[in-house]
Amino acid sequence: MSTARAPLIGQPVERKEDYRFVTGTGQYTDDIVLPRQAYAAFVRSPHAHANLLSLDTTAARGAAGVLGVYTGKDLANVGGVPCGWLIHSTDGTPMKEPKHPILAEDKVRHVGDPIALIVAESVRAAKSAAALIDVEYDALPAAVNPATAAASGTAVHDIAPDNICFTWAVGDKAAVDSAFAGAAHVTRLSLINNRLIPNAIEPRAANAQYSPANDSYTLYVTSQNPHVERLLMAAFVLGIPEHKLRVVAPDVGGGFGSKIYLYAEEAALVWASRRVGRPIKWTAERSESFLTDAHGRDHVTTAELALDADGKFLALRVDTIANMGAYLSTFAPCIPTILHATLLAGQYSTPHIHCQVRAVFTNTTPVDAYRGAGRPEATYLLERIVERAARELAIDPPELRRRNFIRKFPYATPVGLTYDTGDYEATLSRALELADVPGFPARKAQSERRGLLRGIGYSCYIEACGIAPSSIAGALGARAGLFEAGEVRVHPTGKVTVFTGSHSHGQGHETTFAQVVADKFGLALQDVQIEHGDTAKVLFGMGTYGSRSLAVGGSAIVKAADKILAKGRRIAAHLLEASDEDIEFRDGTFRVKGTDRSKTFAEIALAAYVPHHYPIEQLEPGLNENAFYDPPNFTFPAGSYVCEVELDPQTGAARIDRFTACDDFGNVVNPMIVEGQVHGGLAQGIGQALLEGCRYDEQSGQLLTGSLLDYTLPRADDLPGFLVETVKGTPCEHNPLGVKGCGEAGAIGSPPAVINALLDALAPYGVRELEMPATPFRIWRALAAARGTR
Amino acid sequence: MPLQIQLRVNGSAVTTEITPDTLLATFLREHLHLTGTHVGCDTASCGACTVLLDGLAVKSCNVLVAQVQNCDITTIEGITPADGSLHPMQAAFKACHGLQCGFCTPGMIMSAIDLVMHHDHSSDAEIRAGLTGNLCRCTGYHNIVRAVMQAAPIMRSAKS
Repeated sequence: MSTARAPLIGQPVERKEDYRFVTGTGQYTDDIVLPRQAYAAFVRSPHAHANLLSLDTTAARGAAGVLGVYTGKDLANVGGVPCGWLIHSTDGTPMKEPKHPILAEDKVRHVGDPIALIVAESVRAAKSAAALIDVEYDALPAAVNPATAAASGTAVHDIAPDNICFTWAVGDKAAVDSAFAGAAHVTRLSLINNRLIPNAIEPRAANAQYSPANDSYTLYVTSQNPHVERLLMAAFVLGIPEHKLRVVAPDVGGGFGSKIYLYAEEAALVWASRRVGRPIKWTAERSESFLTDAHGRDHVTTAELALDADGKFLALRVDTIANMGAYLSTFAPCIPTILHATLLAGQYSTPHIHCQVRAVFTNTTPVDAYRGAGRPEATYLLERIVERAARELAIDPPELRRRNFIRKFPYATPVGLTYDTGDYEATLSRALELADVPGFPARKAQSERRGLLRGIGYSCYIEACGIAPSSIAGALGARAGLFEAGEVRVHPTGKVTVFTGSHSHGQGHETTFAQVVADKFGLALQDVQIEHGDTAKVLFGMGTYGSRSLAVGGSAIVKAADKILAKGRRIAAHLLEASDEDIEFRDGTFRVKGTDRSKTFAEIALAAYVPHHYPIEQLEPGLNENAFYDPPNFTFPAGSYVCEVELDPQTGAARIDRFTACDDFGNVVNPMIVEGQVHGGLAQGIGQALLEGCRYDEQSGQLLTGSLLDYTLPRADDLPGFLVETVKGTPCEHNPLGVKGCGEAGAIGSPPAVINALLDALAPYGVRELEMPATPFRIWRALAAARGTR
Repeated sequence: MPLQIQLRVNGSAVTTEITPDTLLATFLREHLHLTGTHVGCDTASCGACTVLLDGLAVKSCNVLVAQVQNCDITTIEGITPADGSLHPMQAAFKACHGLQCGFCTPGMIMSAIDLVMHHDHSSDAEIRAGLTGNLCRCTGYHNIVRAVMQAAPIMRSAKS
């Protein structure tokens, strides 16, 4: 008999998935070795932009151990990598959408663009043969810098001679212009949101197998969304019937956006597996990850904020150039538009906002969503310009924010979103308290006694998560629905397996989702198993990104669980000879209200599968339910971050002394996991602010930061301990769990807090601007320049 | 010409013939199928492949099998008790949420074990300095540092 127990929701329970990870028994794609395994290597372009004059594969074909060599010509009848989002320019024309071939056809467009696939008995044989392929290139000038791509005189694609993919805008331009005309003060800011390379520690990998027995394919792949991968590959690239392609994303070692997309290598492997008649495995070398995983950010922005004499925001005007790279990755056009411009109200009641976005092609790796995706870009410019305005007007930065906070909900912004709930004062005041802001002057004085500078910086972010209502997404250009699917399968013993389309690659779904379902049915945590990542097991799924898993995927599971309870109630009514309405379910037991007549959840499950005494005329046997959940709105997590830095003016070396994050994620299922998500986001955001910067040579288009020796990922001693608190918060009002999403917050809110803190420290020297990443050299140079000009 | 090598892996004697350029990481993963040792880069930067070589942490992508004749190699599989329980460092990582995707975790745990067993200090800064050879992209290291602090006294009392 099950008895009442404390709810698991809200408890920091240890993760169910961790045993396999701490013992090394997880199974990642590269761990899988199939019978008769063959291996692949790709020949890649060393040029950023070149015509392919000739390609001689004769020697490679004859090399030892080679099973097949394929080039763009062999894949002529195969579709290109599709783009999942269509943006229209302000003049009504659709974005320029050039073909993205699986293997280059007549031209290469970025360093790393794949040209040929070699399949061989071993990785070594494949790589040796790759070196025998003779390629003749006619190198072309490259368009590299997004700021100048339109005027570069070289076209990445013939259909976009000026390299402009689209020019898009949102907001009422006339209203913004008129507000600026009457403003008491205008603050201006030009900035670059630095390009980032995601660098999940597990490199991308794939293992594709064709089975002639039933004319079907299986693909093991490092994917955040195996069903989307299957749909895109089957329908748009290879023309394989969807039911003949099984996609399995086993344990995946981090994604951060970079494993959302369909990549050329995966499609090439599936295609070739049938030609070779052997399973083919490819695992990216880290240098291939740098060259081919979709990069993030890369905006060049100017912004202006109009204020009245009291510091109230009147209007915001933003103009952004967003780099798409050489081809349109799966969600690329959506990032600087729908996920960036619509977030520019932030936490403020700015009445008029206009944002223009020009997306440009360059001869660089494609750019797409990376943790936060558009929202960090919006937050960075907004929180930078707000803090600059505060400095210009000599108003305390938190005070200026407070004067402009949205305080009534629901709130419709001038850029298309409607926030359902929030309490920005609560997170700000708690963050200021946790960060001991009143103690800052004393700490600053102490630093100064040691010859060091100290600064404090703030950031109040909002994000739109729980992506997304399909109808809204569709109206905004999505070529897919953005619901989520779930299945709750109750076994005859009353144990439960849940199937979800929300893949977990570090987020802990196997625990969080199990907490939700265990509470729903009054079960122990170990009696609920979460399955994800296999299109042959899970009915459907749109995958994991945009902090959507619990808000959308979790809601689908709750919906399916409610159907289980509704059916269970009818079975119980029959067994207990009562009417359906008289049955209540509480603490794992179906009970006739007001009596002691009851059946446990397990007894009802057994009755459903052994239907000897069962309402068989009215009810099917079994206890298994599916649900699809399409959210009615986005969710709007928000928070306030405070960063305190100490820096040495002699060397420019900066150190984060304390970082405080106070977030409102609505209801929280597992606070331990939520805190961990914030920590990880903070590390990536601080990485962007201080360490990480993708650099290309402006002339040649060579990636200068193409290894972990050249691109600085945060290491343990680069980061401080974090002070993280989740306030009780304002639950989301439109999903059954009241949750908002927490995966991206840290990466969104932290970069402006760090840069604002550095600029606060440097303000006495007259330094007003600092580019990310704010390396010691950049800080030192800014100080030197300011000293020189004073 | 193949080399004949004898070594001990997780306490068992292994005799093998390998080509001279075989990396220890490749040997562990592909010859012995000990796939708990992960490979995350090609510049010895990430530390996901960290194992213990005669008790000291090394990046197995940077060691040739030919170099470990008669040596003792311990991988993540070798520290895991057979009874389903966990090594104190594994247990601390789990209890402190010191991992998310799990890919860097085996290497991080092996480095942390070396750190605790061979260095008698465990301040926040010292632990951070001791783990700089291992990259984690998920946790921001905060809970990894907590895990090492939690495991250290347990491991040290077991040692003494």
